[in-house]
Amino acid sequence: MSTLAKHIQLNLLFARFKVSSLFLLAVILAFVCIAAASIGSVNIPLSAIVTGALNDQQEAVLFSIRFPRVVLAAIVGAALAVSGAALQGLFRNPLADPSLIGILSGAALAVAAVIVFAGPSQGYFGLYRLSIAAFTGGLVTSVLIFRFARLAGTFSVTYMLLAGIAIGAIAEGGRGFIAYLSDDAQLRALTFWAMGNLGDALWPAVLVVMSITIPATVILVRNARALNLLLLGENEARHLGVDAERLKYVIIICTALSVGAAVAVSGIIGFVGLVVPHLIRLTIGPDHRLLIPGSALLGAILLIIADTFARTVVSPAEMPVGIITSIIGGPFFLWLLIKQYSGRFGI
Amino acid sequence: MIRAINLSYSANKKTILDSIDLEIRQGEVTAILGPNGAGKSTLLKCLTNAITPQHGQILLDSKPLYNYSLQELSKKRAILSQSTAISFPFTTFEIAMMGRNPYIKNKESTEDREIVRQTLEKMDAWHLRDRIYPTLSGGEQQRVQLARVLAQIWGIQNSYLFLDEPTSALDLKHQYELLEHIKLLSKTYNLAIVIVMHDINLAYHFTDNTIFIKDGSIALSGHSNEVINTNNISDCYGLSERHAVRHFAINHSALSLA
Repeated sequence: MSTLAKHIQLNLLFARFKVSSLFLLAVILAFVCIAAASIGSVNIPLSAIVTGALNDQQEAVLFSIRFPRVVLAAIVGAALAVSGAALQGLFRNPLADPSLIGILSGAALAVAAVIVFAGPSQGYFGLYRLSIAAFTGGLVTSVLIFRFARLAGTFSVTYMLLAGIAIGAIAEGGRGFIAYLSDDAQLRALTFWAMGNLGDALWPAVLVVMSITIPATVILVRNARALNLLLLGENEARHLGVDAERLKYVIIICTALSVGAAVAVSGIIGFVGLVVPHLIRLTIGPDHRLLIPGSALLGAILLIIADTFARTVVSPAEMPVGIITSIIGGPFFLWLLIKQYSGRFGI
Repeated sequence: MIRAINLSYSANKKTILDSIDLEIRQGEVTAILGPNGAGKSTLLKCLTNAITPQHGQILLDSKPLYNYSLQELSKKRAILSQSTAISFPFTTFEIAMMGRNPYIKNKESTEDREIVRQTLEKMDAWHLRDRIYPTLSGGEQQRVQLARVLAQIWGIQNSYLFLDEPTSALDLKHQYELLEHIKLLSKTYNLAIVIVMHDINLAYHFTDNTIFIKDGSIALSGHSNEVINTNNISDCYGLSERHAVRHFAINHSALSLA
């Protein structure tokens, strides 16, 4: 009994550490938000933001340019990271990532089709139209990949990655074709959008993405314990009382919604969904009850930092943030491969 | 009690199970034996409704299996499948605690923890509790999975336990300890236990009943100490009489002496 008591005590300590690390992430996120809002071509000191001692120009810049941009970066980062975490749980593999297995490409194809064939439209209607297109594209790709991965009867990671690459290639081809058909203005819009950037951040975009990703994230958190059990296998989860069929659809729809909303406003921002959940697993652990909220917070933090970098480093011009996440994320993925398979390949 | 009536299952036009009738009773350990590809695992999957047979009926406590909800079943039976690979860094304790899921509303209780401690101890895996599961050896992982499955029905009278080759990765000592525990559990809690296995000697010594499956049908069934003999082994496995005698009779007498 005493060993159990000791074990419980240790576990409680551990649990407290884990919950407080979520709290710590939230504090860091708040700080990063304010710090990022103070950085840019118009000088707004941190102290002025905190105390509210702003002149008119500073106030205008802060509330109609910086804040929407920072909040959008946070929401998109959180949406991508949470989707990555949930997909990795669904595919039972830490290498699943919306950009890696073609879901982002599928969503992007649909958005490109809408931009070129349906013509421009502004405001909430236009944003929701793009979101719905991206959601549909993402959903179709997710379902296809999931089906392909199970062709062999049981779930196969090899099939998942290969099918993802093939479907991604088809979607990229389709997007290339659409770009070929488009006129110069459309082409420029498409290309810049596809590189991933948060330059169009206005409050409507922020509200649209929030209205989709926050409910999706809440639903995923509510299914977190079932997601843990799904890692044992679909049948095992079922034997433990989880409706695995229903859970799979909940995950696919929620991730497709989040990814769709993120893609519609910001284009293709890769690797956030891969890197962030991995970092959380390394520090807080693999339990989805903490992994999903932790990924949301860290995803938000990292994308705000990356985006701040993107809009200041070549100022007054702006670099697509997708380029930064890929330059950092690609090597991270390689490191992950080496680490995971080092025993097998003798690296 | 589980009753299967006229069970048939086919996949890709190939018949895997052909009109199986069987009865599995509480308080008994039943072994399913047979050559590779005979349909043992498929039978187990049908009995646990992981797959649905095209023909026939399965009754669990005289109610059709398909009329139970997942929640009801999860508190009534536990199933160990052949392999469970997990590539996420859960600790051993967390994996075993997953077996308590049917009883946990929000947070695991002290009672859940105590049960998991007991089952891990029974499976000689309590000392591994804080180790990261994917880093354990095959046999250690199997013992942790067994602890998880036992935690699911711990202390529940008249429940069911299905094990698909539970000893495949275990060393001799743990094979014997496991089967001894299993046998004791079946008597203490009046459990119905079904084990798909390959070790004829273990089946002979630790199980009450044996069902021989061959080419998708029941070739033979009955009390283990009556139906497990060299004649039936050589028939069922297509083993030459000489090899059957070597495999069974020698081990059998050596074990009986011990």
